[in-house]
Amino acid sequence: MPRHFFEAMLVALLAGLLTVPILGIQIQVEGINVSLEGDPLPVLLAMAAVFMARLLQIPLKAVSGVIRMTRRVPRPTHLPTAYRLILIVLVIVAAAIWPFTASRGAVDIATLALIYVMLGLGLNVVVGFAGLLDLGYVAFYAVGAYGYALLSMHFGLSFWECLPLCVMMAAITGCLLGFPVLRLRGDYLAIVTLGFGEIIRLLLNNLDELTGGPDGIGNIPKPSLFGLEFARRSSIEGGTTFHEFFGLEYSGADTVVFLYLVALVMTLLILYVINRLIRMPVGRAWEALREDEIACRSLGLNPTTIKLSAFGFGASTAGFAGAFFAARQGFINPESFTFIESAIVLAIVVLGGMGSQIGVILAAIALTALPEIARQFAEYRMLIFGLVLVLMMIWRPQGLLPATRPRLELPAPAETL
Amino acid sequence: MLEFFQQVINGLTLGSIYALIAIGYTMVYGIIGMINFAHGEIYMISAYIGLITVTALTVQFGVENVPLILLFTLAASILATSAYGWAIERIAYRPLRSSPRLIPLISAIGMSIFLQNYVQIGQGARDLSMQPLISGGWRFGSDAGFQIYLSYMQVLIAVVTVIFMTALTLFIARSRLGRACRACSQDLTMTNLLGIDTNRVISLTFVLGAALAAVAGVLISLHIGKINPFIGFDAGIKAFTAAVLGGIGSIPGAMLGGIILGLSESFASAYLRTEYKDVVAFSLLVLVLLFRPTGLLGKPEIEKV
Repeated sequence: MPRHFFEAMLVALLAGLLTVPILGIQIQVEGINVSLEGDPLPVLLAMAAVFMARLLQIPLKAVSGVIRMTRRVPRPTHLPTAYRLILIVLVIVAAAIWPFTASRGAVDIATLALIYVMLGLGLNVVVGFAGLLDLGYVAFYAVGAYGYALLSMHFGLSFWECLPLCVMMAAITGCLLGFPVLRLRGDYLAIVTLGFGEIIRLLLNNLDELTGGPDGIGNIPKPSLFGLEFARRSSIEGGTTFHEFFGLEYSGADTVVFLYLVALVMTLLILYVINRLIRMPVGRAWEALREDEIACRSLGLNPTTIKLSAFGFGASTAGFAGAFFAARQGFINPESFTFIESAIVLAIVVLGGMGSQIGVILAAIALTALPEIARQFAEYRMLIFGLVLVLMMIWRPQGLLPATRPRLELPAPAETL
Repeated sequence: MLEFFQQVINGLTLGSIYALIAIGYTMVYGIIGMINFAHGEIYMISAYIGLITVTALTVQFGVENVPLILLFTLAASILATSAYGWAIERIAYRPLRSSPRLIPLISAIGMSIFLQNYVQIGQGARDLSMQPLISGGWRFGSDAGFQIYLSYMQVLIAVVTVIFMTALTLFIARSRLGRACRACSQDLTMTNLLGIDTNRVISLTFVLGAALAAVAGVLISLHIGKINPFIGFDAGIKAFTAAVLGGIGSIPGAMLGGIILGLSESFASAYLRTEYKDVVAFSLLVLVLLFRPTGLLGKPEIEKV
């Protein structure tokens, strides 16, 4: 134990040396006068944190070892189909009833969480199933959002008319980008998609006449329920609004709940489509390609086409979510589509476990809900976020809820005496 | 024509900076085959350390000898930044040495986000500007027409870059450790079997890359005089683009790629709109990857089962 103690001391000392110039000395600028100000407290805090982390590493390792041991115990991975179905229906019903009982703020956050669930599920197909690292995922999200905003502004199309158009636009953008770059190796793909994400953002920022530049686009209409608007008064002459049609008192909360339900339906649709797709030959091919590209090629599968289908599908999901995002916010500008957004979606996929849909859903909900709960740590949110990504990769690269691959095992031979 | 020369000067200055950062990417990639996404952040940290050292020397201690300040700042920044480079490798990448490619890349993205916010918490998110340490320059051309302006700082950037590039090339080509570096980039396992401490070589690569990024960070903060915690991201992608352009894994390639990227950006901002210089840089990357995936000086990688 004293050895660990000294080691931790040493590491803390190193951390102190490293953090002195950045945390310990502040540059003060007043007019043209620049001066330095020393403040030892943050350095000491950082040293203490590193010291504790280093000391705790040993017991933590022991604990994780125990957890790994217990996981060897066979657990019922597959519920009978009937139970599964009942469980799924129960969860959906609960999710649909919940907004009527919850507060308006909570429902609003849940809607946001559902947007991230959609994005996470879409990226999960690209990263988790097909194994293509896409760092510019937010570009397709932006295409969907701007697609809806512009179509509704210039052509007066409604949300429901725009939705398929946005999906198509995002899919086409994805294929156009994917076609040339998908022949590249994985790392290059990551950088090209990252560059592409930045290009889209720069274009949105600079094509002032079309996109409104940094000011963005406002007054984007919300979705309607079969033509019934959610507003105090109808925007079209002679139109009926939701509360007039049903003879209810107007309430702003209706809109929030309705948006949540729309998001829920959209999420379920995406889940359904993905679950069908991964059982189809194309879905199988995605996973096969991720495991071994050379084997796939030798079996006569065309890697480019398969990658393109995964990439295009991921892009169209982002476009789908993007259109909804624009409708929910009512206002979009390029600031919503920065790299950090791509990183958050990637983190959702990684934390949940690549290829695991339940994991991705839970991670998306956790990553949206946690910052809302821990508001006093808002300043440290991204710091912790980065740290969690690193630590997860070191300790649990397969994610919190790793995907269980369907596999067949021979029953253990009965012991003969 | 004169404006063309002006853009060449600006492009070479910018290109030197990109080249210095790109070497860090290319060396790490050449040896362990990963993109050190946090390298741009290293450059940003070095710019902060440079600014702090300059301020400490001029304001706190009242040193007025410019070459002395410059030398001391470079030394301090290289030292501190190399330590960061070493620590990052030790914490975020070494435990992941044998994992699939995606894992260290994601860890690197996490590290990059962490460092960005760490500096933001320590030093604030606003722009910090500094007094130019070296001002003035030469003007060429008639007083009435277009004048070419070559500042002393730009000359300094070129000279310092050439010095460090030469030193690095000599180090890699002549020294024992340099030979070990080259051996590692050819075959890591085999080098290990031959009794070379590959972990040490990998650490050295990170330290060297960070040191060169530190030079770039100090030079750019003296040249432009404005830094914030977010400069690392852009510079990082650009420098990586430069590394890929020249052929990742190849050190002369990184230098060439940096210069080409710097020139194309400066022409783009002169003859198109300034905002489109990044678009040009990324389009260049996509085009090079399409027609020559190994980059200009890179060797094709043979795919083995």
